[in-house]
Parts: sequence; C-alpha cells; structure tokens
Amino acid sequence: MTAVDVRTPVAAQPRRTSRLPRLLHPGAWWLWAAGLALAASRTTNPLLLLLIVAVAAYVVAARRSPSPWARSFGVFVKLGLVVIAIRVVFQAIVAAPIGTTVLFTLPALTLPEIMAGVRLGGAVTLESMVAALYDGMRLATILICVGAANSLASPARLLKAVPAALYEFGLSVVIAVTFAPQLVADLDRVRTARRLRGRTVGGVRGTAAVALPVLEGALERSVTLAAAMDSRGYGRQAQRSPHARRLTAAALLGALVLVVIGAYALLDASAPAVMGLPMLALGFTLGIAGFALAGRRSVRTRYRPDPWSWPEWGVTACAVATAATLLTLSITGVPGLIAPVDPLAWPAVPPLAVLGILVSVLPAYITPPPPGRAS
Amino acid sequence: MTHVIEFDSVTITYSGAERPTLAQVDLAIEEGELVLVIGETGSGKSTLLRAINGLVPHFTGGTLAGTVRVAGRNTATHHPRDLADVVGVVPQDPLSSFVTDTVEEELAYGMECLGVPASTMRRRVEETLDLLGLADVRDRALLSLSGGQRQRVAIGAVLTAHPRVLVLDEPTSALDPGAAEEVLAVLQRLVHDLGVTVVLAEHRLERVLEYADRVIHVPGGARPLVVGAPADVMETSPVAPPVVRLGRLAAWSPLPLSVRDARRQARQLRERLHQLPARAVAPTAEPAPVVSVERTRASYGAVPALRGVTLDIAKGEIVALMGRNGAGKSTLLSTLVGLRRPDAGTVRIDGVDPVTLTGPRLIGRIGLVPQHSTDLLQRDTVAAECADADRDAGVAAGTTAALLARLAPEIPADAHPRDLSEGQRLVLALAVVLVATPAVLLLDEPTRGLDYPTKERLSGLLRDLAASGHAIVVATHDVELAAETATRVVVLADGEVVADGPTAEVVVGSPLFAPQVAKVLVGADGADVPLTVTEVREALAVIG
Repeated sequence: MTAVDVRTPVAAQPRRTSRLPRLLHPGAWWLWAAGLALAASRTTNPLLLLLIVAVAAYVVAARRSPSPWARSFGVFVKLGLVVIAIRVVFQAIVAAPIGTTVLFTLPALTLPEIMAGVRLGGAVTLESMVAALYDGMRLATILICVGAANSLASPARLLKAVPAALYEFGLSVVIAVTFAPQLVADLDRVRTARRLRGRTVGGVRGTAAVALPVLEGALERSVTLAAAMDSRGYGRQAQRSPHARRLTAAALLGALVLVVIGAYALLDASAPAVMGLPMLALGFTLGIAGFALAGRRSVRTRYRPDPWSWPEWGVTACAVATAATLLTLSITGVPGLIAPVDPLAWPAVPPLAVLGILVSVLPAYITPPPPGRAS
Repeated sequence: MTHVIEFDSVTITYSGAERPTLAQVDLAIEEGELVLVIGETGSGKSTLLRAINGLVPHFTGGTLAGTVRVAGRNTATHHPRDLADVVGVVPQDPLSSFVTDTVEEELAYGMECLGVPASTMRRRVEETLDLLGLADVRDRALLSLSGGQRQRVAIGAVLTAHPRVLVLDEPTSALDPGAAEEVLAVLQRLVHDLGVTVVLAEHRLERVLEYADRVIHVPGGARPLVVGAPADVMETSPVAPPVVRLGRLAAWSPLPLSVRDARRQARQLRERLHQLPARAVAPTAEPAPVVSVERTRASYGAVPALRGVTLDIAKGEIVALMGRNGAGKSTLLSTLVGLRRPDAGTVRIDGVDPVTLTGPRLIGRIGLVPQHSTDLLQRDTVAAECADADRDAGVAAGTTAALLARLAPEIPADAHPRDLSEGQRLVLALAVVLVATPAVLLLDEPTRGLDYPTKERLSGLLRDLAASGHAIVVATHDVELAAETATRVVVLADGEVVADGPTAEVVVGSPLFAPQVAKVLVGADGADVPLTVTEVREALAVIG
C-alpha cells in the first residue's frame, strides 16, 4: 500500500465531447484564419473580400472566447479601415495614374532630374482610386482575418500549445505580456508622485526623470519573479546521459546546416536540383527530431492541454477547402477574381469562389460553443 | 526523524558585509508545527526564511557555513528548484511572484514544473480551489483579484505541489483585518488537518501570535536566536503585541497571548479602571475646517468609488480612514490631493479646489505620502533627494536634510533610497513632503512592513505634527495605529461614510476595528475604555 492508484473518472473521459461547451484548440482557429487570409490574398474582387470579412465576423460573433482578448476584433476592423485610407491617399499623391477618367488635379511638384520617375501630385483618376481601394481592401481583409484568430484564440493560449522544447520562448512571451500592464501602472504611479512633489509631469525632462524609477522598479520585480519561479521548480531537468545530450545537439546543428544549404540552393538557380527541396525537407525532419529529443529533457507536464479532436479536424478541413479553391481558381485564371479597373467594370462573381469562401462559415456550426461568459 | 527542518550551526554572511547576518543558528522544526518568526526590520528574518529553501545563498549570493536540511535534503547540494516539492515559499508581494495570468493556471504552474501527471494535477487544482475558497474566481485574471484573494492564490499555488513545509513572509501585512483573518484561517486548517509545517514572519503580531506553536525571535546583529513557547519568548521580546504589553504592565502570569486569555485575567484591572472619572470631553469649539468635502462622488468607469462623501477636517485633527480594501479610501485621498476630479460635489483645501493647484502652491497646502513611498523618491542618494525637495519647496538649501536629521538621524546621506529599510524610506518620504509645510498631510497605509518600534516613532511624530497645527489623514488597516494616534475615525464602506466620530466611540463597538486593549477591557456598559497600553499606564498612575 504505497501509492493510491487514481484513475480518471468515467464521467471525465472524452465521450461525445463535440457538443459540450469548450474552447477549441487555438491552433485550429489560427489555421482557419490563415485559410481565409490566403484566400483573400488571391483576389481583389471587392465582393469576394467583403464576403470573407462577413464570414470572419459571423464566426467570431458565434464562437468568441470569454477572455478580454476577444474584444480585439473591433480594433482590427478599425485598423483595416485606416489601412484602406492610407493606401488611397498615397495612390492619389504619389503613384502614377491609371486610366483616363480624371476626377480632380492636385498641384504637381516638379522634382529634380535625379528623381525622375517619382511623381508628386498631378491628375487623380477614378481608375487609380478604385484600384487603390481594391488593393487596400485586400490588405485590410488579411488584417481582419488575423484579428478574428486573435479574438477566437488568444496568442497566449496558442503559446501554451507550443512544443516542449520551445516552452522557454513561450513563457518569456507570456511574462512580457503580463509585465506590460504592470509597467504602465508603475509609470502612472511615478508620474503621480512627481505631481505630488509639485513638479511638471510632461516634457523631455519630466519623461526622463520618470524613466529611471520605473526601470528600477521593473528590475526589482524581475528579480522577485525569478526567485519565485526558482522556488517553484522552474528549470528542473531530468537526468540524461551525455550520449543523449550529444545526440540532441548534433541533430539540431545538422538540421540547421541542411536548412541553410537547402534554402540557398532553392534561391540560386545554378545549384543542382538535388540540393534544393530534398535538403530542405531532410533538414526540417532532422530539426523536428531534434526538438522532440530536446523536449524529453524537460520533466514538465501540461495542465489541461487543449485536445485536438473532430471539431478541430473539421475546422482545418474548411480552411484547406477555402484556400485550395481560391488558389486553384487563381492559377487557372478564372475571370472575376481580379476585378477590372481599366476600363472600370462591375466585377463578375465566380460562383465557385463564393462557395469556397462560404465553406469557412461552417466552423460557426460544427464547433462546440465556448463556455459561458459568466465570470 | 521527525524534524522536517534542521539548521546545524548555520552562519550566513552576505558578500561585502562586515558581520554575518545570522551566526551559529541551531534550529529544529517538527512536522506540523506553526512557527512564528519575529524581529525588527532588517534583523535577518527574511534571510532565515529564505535559507529554508536554499534561496540563500543559491539566489542571493553570500556564504552559508553549517548545514540546512529540509526533509533530509541538504540545501548546499539542492537548488531551490530541487526543493520545490517539499518547501513552498509565498513571498511578500504575491502579485510580483505570479508567473501566469489566470487563477487556475497559476495553481497548476508549480505542478507543471515538477512533472505531476495531468490527471493528478486536475484533481489537486480542484481540491485546492475548494480548500482556499477560490472556486468562484477560478477563471479570473490575477490582476483583477482583491488583496486577500491574491494572497490565497499565492498560498494555493505552492500548496498544489503538496509541500511538507510552507514558508510565508508577512502574509497579512497588506490586508484589511477581515482578509487577514481569511488567510490565517486557511493556515490554521493546513496545520491542523493536513499536518503541513508552517513558518511565517509577521510584524503584526496581534493578528498571528495566538495561532503560533513556537516563536523564534531574531534579535538582529548576529546575536543568538531566542526560540521557545510563545509565552516564554514574549516575556522578554522587544517586539510584542498590545495584549502582551498590557499583560506585562499588569504583571499577569502566565502572559496572555490572545484577547480571550487576557479577558479572563482582566476582571480586577477592569474594576480598577472603572473608578476612573469619565474622560474629559474635548472642547468643541468647532474651528474652521481646513479640508472640506461635500457630497463628492467619483467612479472608475461604471464602478462607483465614492457615493456622496461629506467630510470636514479641522487643524490639529488626526483622522484615521478605515474600511476594507476597495472601500474608496485611496480614491478619497487622491481626490483630496487633486489627482482626481470628482464627478460631482466640491472639494476644498484651505478654501481652494486642489485640482487647480500645481507646483509650490500645491505642496504648500497638501502633501500625500503614497502607499509605495519609494514612488516619491526618484534620485540615487538621500542627499540628492533632500536637495531636490529644498528646490521644489523653495526653501533654503539644507532645510530638508536638517528636518530628516531630526526625524531619523541614523539615515546616511549617501545611501540609495531603495537600500533603506521600509521605515527609513517612509521617514525620508515624510521629510520630503513636510519640508513644504503643507497644512494637510495625507498618508496611505504607512505602517505596512513597519515593526513596533518604528510604528511607535511614527505615532509620536504624527501627534507632534498635529499639535503644531497640521491636519492629518491616515488611510490604514492597522487598528492599533488608529487607536494609538487618531483623534477621529472615519469608516468607509462601498464609497460611503458609515461611521464618523471620536476614535473611542467608533472603534470600541466594532468587532473588526477595536484594538486589542479595548477588546480586553471593554465592560458590559461599554463606556470609556482605554484604547492603548499607554492610556492604561497613565490611567493607573492617576488612580495610584
């Protein structure tokens, strides 16, 4: 009678978990967003782009997580609008006009000889404005897809899912993310204190004087945190033979060399073909093996890791379907994917593309609902 | 082998120090004991605590001679991380030790590091959530928790690793009386039900002394430790809670450690004090108020912090502002000093709206020593800080240094403010604020981390300042400080004033805010009870 054998109770075993409220694996949401973003990058058709934004917004509304990150979707939409505005304004001022329908003429600036080819001001045409709008919309849509992934699965949760060997990297990011608000609070307190001593808060001198105490405070906090992490067992390592250590190092180093050679060969057309893709593939395989070996050194276990089951596969399939449809259409040159700007015409809507994008709305139905937002 | 912690002639010397911090310490602590470590600030309490899990010397540097063994493991050969499964350390400020961002993940973090299997982790997290009463906040962000909740999360985060020893550094010093009792109740339960050994350092002995099985007094200056039963150590200890000092005054034997013990022995003293003539009622001449707050409201977003507070404070008054964490004390202070514009109502300092004041006109009228007194200090030496204060206040060079020398002559002028002790830093901040001779002085939680002698000095200082015409407002959880110093107590709850009156009237009737002496001496009629040991001594001198 040494240790009590504790089994997972029957009720807690994964049985028909697909409909129980839970958060989807963050990786699935990021794949889904990547699929949509890839689709958006293949088209300038404003109708298709708007459809992609609508799909993203619908899924976010249906499956948003209860964390504060979930509110970031709105921020990304606003950011997208700013991107469109910047793109259009730049087109009007700097870029050479397309087409002939002049809307208005800006005062033009004559530049010296050396900068010939660069144009400032001059005639602004409807065609170039529309082209800029389409292009801006494409960028904005990609941004919004990232925003959607952000609200559905916070980057912090994604980091939790990184492989054990990359754990240190993930942890440092999480600490930095929690440190930032504390630093802002410190800054606020020190600025308040300056006012309490009857000094000015703004200006260069004010800011410089505030920086030192804030940095000192941050340093003190890092030391406290390091002590706390050490006393809670951070950095414990399993005993390993020197042989295994050397094997890991060799695998990682070899992988690095192979990847570098492969990448070089791919970019340099004169290199023999066998040094390109095969080397790269071999390098990545060796790298993955190295990470797996390195991960074994850590004794860490994971608390409530996100499972990867049917809903995650379903979401991945939707993402692949959307991306593949748009890629195929774009390669085969189906009309309507690139909206005509010169001469201007209402873009055709290829039904297959619409169908391909609409597949990505399915995750709003096939995934389990997120847990309640009670707290 | 029942000793879970063993110190064998341990001497700890920090690098650069002339003398060892601890010398020739022999100590054996048994399984399931609750040991209280007491001593003045800077005496080496924290060093002793940190030596238990090897943070001294592995993390802090310095040399450790002798051996420290925890559960049979020598800390010389085991790093803190290798002891994480037997010793859980809860540091002073829980917030700065949190690694993750939500309650549940924080509880699991230690176990993840130790490689506990997933199903066991899940079970222990659920058990700990229930044990510490944290189930309602399991998904919450750590930053959004109250002080008591944070402290309980910090305890839970080390408990999940099932350590045999729990080490806590001032677990209740930042908490209001209610939250402190929550935390202490948890510790009691761990010791009694689970047989965990608890070693804790605390300045507020009145809160913890009665729970201790043994007390270790660290006298400082590398003198030998005094270890023994609480009553024995308290006979001679220079740091002692009011109930013990009352017992010494009345020559009670055995020395009482709790209010309950003392009340049993106090009947005779109560009767003697009853002969005392009723306390002279202070003349109610109603001097013109220097602080005037009328129907003031303030809020953070949709959360109201003050709901119509009305308050007048006259010169010479010392007002203790009490109430649980989040009751609106700090908001009221920052409204008084003009850092926040109230949503409604008026605030007048000396007849002027503080929001409109800046520079010398502000600091000449009102000064605030914030909770983290370090915030006020932004230079790298005490001397530079004093020179800055002279310039800010527009007074002759050297005025602040002279004031500081009167308040605390032992502070070296070339020291870095961050290297000073908590108490010295507070006095320096106080000097920097006082040099501008503000009519109103505000202090936010000044006794956090202060030992009894420093606290006594602070009380004396505040009384002197009030006598010379300053109006003083102290926001505090420390009921003993309020009893010792304040002429008036204002209790805030949910942003409203729920009690306002002379100290004796407000605190005697309250179960949470009554000082220990009042709890011991209050009679059935409840009238006119001395609040502090000093008052009792004076009263006895009158009676003879």
